[in-house]
Amino acid sequence: MFRAKQYLLAQSLEEAYAANQKRTATVVGGMCWLKMSNRQIQTLIDLSALGLDTITRTDEGFSIGAMVTLRQLETDAVLNETFQNAFADAVRPIVGVQFRNCATIGGSVWGRFGFSDVIAVLLALKAKVELYPTGVVELDDFLQMPYDNQILVRILVPFTAKKAAVQSHRNTATDFPVLVAVASELADGSLRLVAGARPQKAALVNTTLTAQSSAEEIEQQLENGLQQMAFCSNMRGSAEYRRHLAKVLLKRAIAQLKEGTANAD
Amino acid sequence: MQIELKLNGRVCKADVSPDMRLLDFVREQGCASVKCGCDTSNCGLCTLWLDGKPVLSCSVLAVRANGHEVTTLEGLQADAAEFGAFLSDEGAEQCGYCSPGFIMNVLAMVKELPDPTEEQIQHYLAGNLCRCSGYQGQLRAIRKYLLAKQEGKL
Repeated sequence: MFRAKQYLLAQSLEEAYAANQKRTATVVGGMCWLKMSNRQIQTLIDLSALGLDTITRTDEGFSIGAMVTLRQLETDAVLNETFQNAFADAVRPIVGVQFRNCATIGGSVWGRFGFSDVIAVLLALKAKVELYPTGVVELDDFLQMPYDNQILVRILVPFTAKKAAVQSHRNTATDFPVLVAVASELADGSLRLVAGARPQKAALVNTTLTAQSSAEEIEQQLENGLQQMAFCSNMRGSAEYRRHLAKVLLKRAIAQLKEGTANAD
Repeated sequence: MQIELKLNGRVCKADVSPDMRLLDFVREQGCASVKCGCDTSNCGLCTLWLDGKPVLSCSVLAVRANGHEVTTLEGLQADAAEFGAFLSDEGAEQCGYCSPGFIMNVLAMVKELPDPTEEQIQHYLAGNLCRCSGYQGQLRAIRKYLLAKQEGKL
């Protein structure tokens, strides 16, 4: 468990940002991962008072505040209806309800964790990240950025994707995933495929597949795309096993997309 | 830091350090049912309700409970005893160490899902680990408890 000397319940993004400029300050999200560290923190910055705990549907998509919990992602009816339960399917295997009532989307995304189921879904849905003070950046770009002293404000999920499907494999229930696979169908019919927990952070699989692609095309392009992608070994599985799993789970996710119903938008 | 919250229905004021966990705070207030099991946010033993929602008190700062309502097993004794009787009838509390967190989560589930399916029960309680029972006795106890509630026997 970390140790902290001061606690700041930020009243504005400006205040949170100013306090976060010191290297000894840390923004606290759901605290589920931070508590595992043994750091000495001067100031804990809490964003709880900034109203960032809501999911809002706008004309362009969904705006998800950084303090929204994984449980909110799981139970938000409108969000899950729009994306065929992709968010619920992604977060449900994560530990338990009590954990998901604590863990936040902001913590998951800011951490850029390789094991993150949430990042894999967001990447497939072409999500964007709103940072203070930089503004909105694509999630793809954010995942490559170094950790800095900005404040993650919200996640923006556009209606670019019509459908999404999530598949994951765990060695035991509630454990970290061995692999996460997400497929989404964009408005132009193209498929956007993501493999996460490789165990590196989630990344796009390079294919030109569409919703109309044949089984042979899917097989061939997945084989090629996954050969180009880096996989590694750890105690949960070997690189070779993960590459094989990615192919199996992505095929299942694509099949799930074809069986699912289209997003009303 | 001064915090003021409602703990099991009574207003509670205290001076806490910024890094104090809610788990340690409620234990200092005499709620010994809340225990630290894994300390890695995995086992569910430290479950309590924060504004009616089950959370892991090992992963919540005490300062974050300021102005909120905290409920532990001590505040739900009648309901806990009622469900606990079903647990013991099914032999589902071998060592009993996980029972406080488990009961807190079952009561939260019943509040949220009055008539859960088997799958919903297993998903809801996935974050409560028990190293003795193999979970079958606990699932039997939950089914019988829910049935008794539906039949108006409780």
